[in-house]
Amino acid sequence: MQALTLAVLGSMVLASPCLAETVYISNEQDNTVSVIDGGTLRLVATIPVGRRPRGIGLSRDGRQLYVAVGDDNRIDVVDLATRRVAGSLPSGEDPEHFVLHPDGRRLFVANENDNLVSVVDIPEHRIMSEVEVGVEPEGMGVSPDGRLVVNTSETTSMLHVIDAASLELIDNVLVDTRPRVAQISWDNRQIWVSSELRGSVSVFDAGTREPLAKIQFEVPGVPRELVQAVGIQLTPDGSRAYVALGPSNRVAEIDARAFKVLRTYLVGQRVWQIALSPDGQRLYTANGNSSDASVIDLKRSEVVKTIGVGRSPWGVVVAP
Amino acid sequence: MRCLALVVLAMLTGSPVLGEDLLTIGMLTQARDLVQPVSPLDRPVTDEGIAGARLAIADNAATGRFTGRRFALVERTIPNEGDPAAALRSLAEEGVRFVVADLDAATLLAAAAAPEARDLLILNGRAPDDALRNEACRENLLHVVPSRAMLADGLAQYLAFKRWRRWFVVVGPQAGDRLYADALRRAAKRFGHEIVAEREWTFRAGQGRTDTGHVTLQSEVPALTRVPDHDVLVVADEGNEFGEYLPGRTALPRPVVGTHGIVATGWSAVSDAWGATQLQSRFEKLAGRRMGAVDYAAWAAVRAIGEAAIRTGTGDRRAIGDYLRGPDFLLSGFKGQGQSFRPWDGQMRQPILVAGPRMLVSVSPQPGFLHQGSELDTLGFDREESRCRR
Repeated sequence: MQALTLAVLGSMVLASPCLAETVYISNEQDNTVSVIDGGTLRLVATIPVGRRPRGIGLSRDGRQLYVAVGDDNRIDVVDLATRRVAGSLPSGEDPEHFVLHPDGRRLFVANENDNLVSVVDIPEHRIMSEVEVGVEPEGMGVSPDGRLVVNTSETTSMLHVIDAASLELIDNVLVDTRPRVAQISWDNRQIWVSSELRGSVSVFDAGTREPLAKIQFEVPGVPRELVQAVGIQLTPDGSRAYVALGPSNRVAEIDARAFKVLRTYLVGQRVWQIALSPDGQRLYTANGNSSDASVIDLKRSEVVKTIGVGRSPWGVVVAP
Repeated sequence: MRCLALVVLAMLTGSPVLGEDLLTIGMLTQARDLVQPVSPLDRPVTDEGIAGARLAIADNAATGRFTGRRFALVERTIPNEGDPAAALRSLAEEGVRFVVADLDAATLLAAAAAPEARDLLILNGRAPDDALRNEACRENLLHVVPSRAMLADGLAQYLAFKRWRRWFVVVGPQAGDRLYADALRRAAKRFGHEIVAEREWTFRAGQGRTDTGHVTLQSEVPALTRVPDHDVLVVADEGNEFGEYLPGRTALPRPVVGTHGIVATGWSAVSDAWGATQLQSRFEKLAGRRMGAVDYAAWAAVRAIGEAAIRTGTGDRRAIGDYLRGPDFLLSGFKGQGQSFRPWDGQMRQPILVAGPRMLVSVSPQPGFLHQGSELDTLGFDREESRCRR
């Protein structure tokens, strides 16, 4: 008996390198956040939140989780020690995506119904400003140096560039149809934008907004229309980009310097948002139609685990 | 402060030549008698179609604000027995080059063939007639609303997925009902279904709304539907005269599909997938109701023109017409896939919703119906089948 216990313990230790990371996934149709332990890769908790949770992000000190609950027109603040909603922030109507500014103090929130990006002052619990953008604002990104905030508008098909200090729109760039996610590279020099319906990712110079590259995706055996680009993750060293390909059930790995697709991973159905682990060794995916999360081991280049979560998982974030 | 910023923006982006950046789209409709809905839950709609066009103008303008292009809508109604050419002339005099037509097939054809229409681009937002896409196709006519063949094929694919292979077809008295039945027969053949029986609905319309009308229907409908066994009853009642009476009254306990029950349609009030929640919510704010198929077609038509104008940076009729028919045009239509125009007949390729009365049931094309180009072209007349010879 003791031997068995030891064997089980031993295999658990072997299977899990010393990871303390925790993965949080918002479940749009369940009104919950699933908590996955990054060591055991098991679902360890489910946190009830407001209605239609989508955008999800950590506070700068890592102690709180912000969850945009669109149907309740607010952002819930989850205390991660107790795993309970401890309060909320104003967000403007129907918040979807948001991004935390590196100052740790401001959230930039896309208000999907109102063609606005709301700027939320976290300590003061108030909306300090609104920026008018195109129809159905969606993706939100911020440059690591804190100077630029970017937003996409789905129906307008534009990338909107906002000066994070003056909160003025400084540029609006037509991009491919139904843009979803915008990310600024870690060196602050590039803006990556995914287009759901064109199934492409466009890369722009962050300073001049000149196009640098356009990446197209092909998945053998999958109709072109179903190869759609959604979530983007860029590695801090600038070598790789990962793109969720929606209903083609794939994640693409891209050489971020050559803008070339290296390989694709088969994950769950309608993969939406994705998140890198802090050490850059794993990628977690939220698979909307199969209600699970996939874990890709990037060193071994393989999908190592599928974990059932709530209904319609949407957003994903990894805490160290 | 925000207002001031907007004014400045408008001044900066405004064209030096007044009006040059203004694109005016015409919305041409025809006088129709107000139809009393069969169900007491429905209200008569007075702004069907036009409400969709108005929303699309607002959507276009929101983008145009950033690119320096403005959009306006001019609305015209052809009176009963009126002349479509006169309406087109008056639109052309206002500088309109693009017209969204909320017209029945005959009026649409008369309008598109009028000399006044030669330099216009007309987008069909109402008439589902397959002849308009085939023998009667025209260079100046695009079709945003799905054809009857597309609707029937979308339904037939779903029924094939379900293996509901044996159909009982009930056809209404209107000309459109017969054409819908033609499309059903074509679809049955294409997707391997068998029509085991066909009946015409010959009872008076409207008796369901009379007091205790259900008593009569309870004996009439079983009598009409006593036919050899089948998997589904497929109803062709475009005028909404009797289809609503069938579910729950048939001789055999079989689902009702077609124009009633489980409906194949370009859009439905129940649609909320793929971001349609936002479209429905914008529409509801504007029109006070959910968006229907005719509203959607008008919305998609005006959005298509707007998208082409913004992408090409022009308001030119030829340039926009070429772009719309070309390979680069893609409309985000809240149905999960990009929508474009078939170059061979000017029909917008698009998914077909299979909608229940309260919820979305499915969306075609169904998995497994393959195509060498776009799987959307498994719906309706494909290039090889098209009889359009322009």
